[in-house]
Amino acid sequence: MIRRNGTAYLAVLLGFALAAVAGCAKQSNEIPVGVYGSLTGTTATFGISSKQGIELFIEGVNQAGGVAGTKVRLIIEDDQSKPEEAATAVQKLIDQDGVVAVLGEVASSRSMAAAPICQQAGVPMITPSSTNPKVTELGDYISRVCYIDPFQGMVIAKFARQTLGLAKAAVLRDNKNDYSVGLANYFTESFHAMGGTVVVDEAYSEGDQDFKAQLTVIKAKRPDFIMVPGYYTEVALIARQARELGITVPLLGGDGWVSDRLLDIAQDALNGSYFVSHYWEKDPNPAIQKFVADYRARYNSTPDALAALAYDAAGVLVHALEALNEEDAAAFKTLIGPRGDKQTAARAKLRALIAGTKDYPGVTGRITLDAKRNAVKTATFLGIKDRQYEFVAVVEP
Amino acid sequence: MQELLQQLANGIAWGSIYALIALGYTMVYGILRLINFAHGDIYMVGAFAAYYLARLTNAGGANPSPALALAILLGSMLICALLGVAMEYFAYRPVRKSSRLTALITAIGVSLFLENLGIRLFGADPKFFPQLIAPRSISLGGVMVTNHQITVVIVSVLLMVSLSLFIQRTRTGKAMRAVSFNRDAASLMGIPVNRIITITFAIGSALAAAAGVLVGLTNPKIEPLMGIMPGVKAFVAAVLGGIGSVPGAVIGGLLMGVSEYLVVGYLSSTYRDAIAFVILILVLLVKPAGLFGRNIAEKV
Repeated sequence: MIRRNGTAYLAVLLGFALAAVAGCAKQSNEIPVGVYGSLTGTTATFGISSKQGIELFIEGVNQAGGVAGTKVRLIIEDDQSKPEEAATAVQKLIDQDGVVAVLGEVASSRSMAAAPICQQAGVPMITPSSTNPKVTELGDYISRVCYIDPFQGMVIAKFARQTLGLAKAAVLRDNKNDYSVGLANYFTESFHAMGGTVVVDEAYSEGDQDFKAQLTVIKAKRPDFIMVPGYYTEVALIARQARELGITVPLLGGDGWVSDRLLDIAQDALNGSYFVSHYWEKDPNPAIQKFVADYRARYNSTPDALAALAYDAAGVLVHALEALNEEDAAAFKTLIGPRGDKQTAARAKLRALIAGTKDYPGVTGRITLDAKRNAVKTATFLGIKDRQYEFVAVVEP
Repeated sequence: MQELLQQLANGIAWGSIYALIALGYTMVYGILRLINFAHGDIYMVGAFAAYYLARLTNAGGANPSPALALAILLGSMLICALLGVAMEYFAYRPVRKSSRLTALITAIGVSLFLENLGIRLFGADPKFFPQLIAPRSISLGGVMVTNHQITVVIVSVLLMVSLSLFIQRTRTGKAMRAVSFNRDAASLMGIPVNRIITITFAIGSALAAAAGVLVGLTNPKIEPLMGIMPGVKAFVAAVLGGIGSVPGAVIGGLLMGVSEYLVVGYLSSTYRDAIAFVILILVLLVKPAGLFGRNIAEKV
């Protein structure tokens, strides 16, 4: 008995040793890039779309020989749609995997949980689609490739006030969510400035199942539309329950609605509603159509705006890595070489190259980062009709 | 006024769910003096059992059928009854002679086990319950209710009435009351105590499963951790009504549902979950035995 246990113990130890050796051997000739996202949980499609967008881009790079002959290796962590798990995931990516940069998250609350860790460790982080302005204010190692909420809120207010000609808004925000609270505030500010009024402002918490109490209050105030700056699961449930209570006015929202599950859950309840997105998959632009075709061929589904932004975030990172290799090949070698003190300086150079991104041709538009490392881009308005998305307008910044 | 009536209507439909869960708490407590913290998770398993049964039978979607919906409800109740029996047999029976604290900690363990098993088996991302009955809104003098909410209330009332008839009118029900009154004396009178406890767990779990299916019908988002909050709130409902009392659990559940709606409607949604604990503290301060509970001095 004792002998058998001893042998098993040895075998396990040997296994660990082999794994460790294999791990080291692998790291030296690849560029480790960390990805964290919500692959499970309440916003699972956010993480899955982003992961697929990033993988598609990196696979393309690796097939073409990698960056300066070195392949990129993605290390992907699931944060279960929870901010505290996002922080843990990023800590692991930096400490254990020694990644050169981090890509993620979609939800601003989770990006804000992870950003201080990247900033502290001096590892550049690019968020594909967190729109709350506070995300990049957390430090100069944090950048994004999407527009920010003051712009998004203004666009929604303008669309409601001027295009649809509506004056009375109801707001139903997610109180536990930085994105939702921020977007609701920016919308309210702009809508007031344009002569509209917010007649009622109600709140819920992410994960709630039942919104009828809030919707009953909203119904009594007879608004012209309901602004729901939340994420798709709750938005779809809110829409259904609103229709059940006999509320017929349209719902308006932001890019948190982007998910292929939205209409599965909402069924017909969102017909006649509008939201802001980052791109339109049926745009005839050949670059977009090539991306959509590649994505379909790889995953057998249509890329949503979050997949497109993630694809661009990976693109901006690879572009910066290539630029680093061109400008300072020694720094590039240090960056991807074994861990050491000199890497801090190399990562700082990479950071500066990301922050200086100018006119990168992404599928979601040309990406130029401003002084606060936010992208200045157009917003795309989409409508929902007979359970289909339709293009409404593009709004310039 | 209409707004208030609407909030009350929604609150009653929601409270019926709490009442069904609270019944299981109260029955088990009445017989074993055990707070079965895993009860909320049985409710979650009930919702998932119905979800998979519906997928298996292709229910919902284009051709919703009330008969199939009923079959799924009964199937899910059966599965959870078996789960409840297994839970009692494997987890609670071995520690029945130990202190009550041991049993309580066991219950918390079972609860965590079921939640994490749920995450493992069903996945952490929410699932969307199929539409077993086509939704329709009905206006009752301006108050909008759905046929789902009406179904919830009717099914709950039917289950509660049959439960009290069962407890009051049948031999098994009488035996349950006897075991609840004094387990040792009941055993001396030849009542098979083990079998009665098994039956109690089976019925309580089946009621929780029914609550899970009904929630899936009205609020179609289900996930492995969905049982925690309703479990806690139904527990408060049982305490409010007087733990151990069947009518108390029903009234407590309805009061919880309605007060939650009034708090969200007239105060703030931030206090939605807080109200349950405010009620719990008030009950413990003012009337610890609950509305329908009997005050019995503990023999020391």
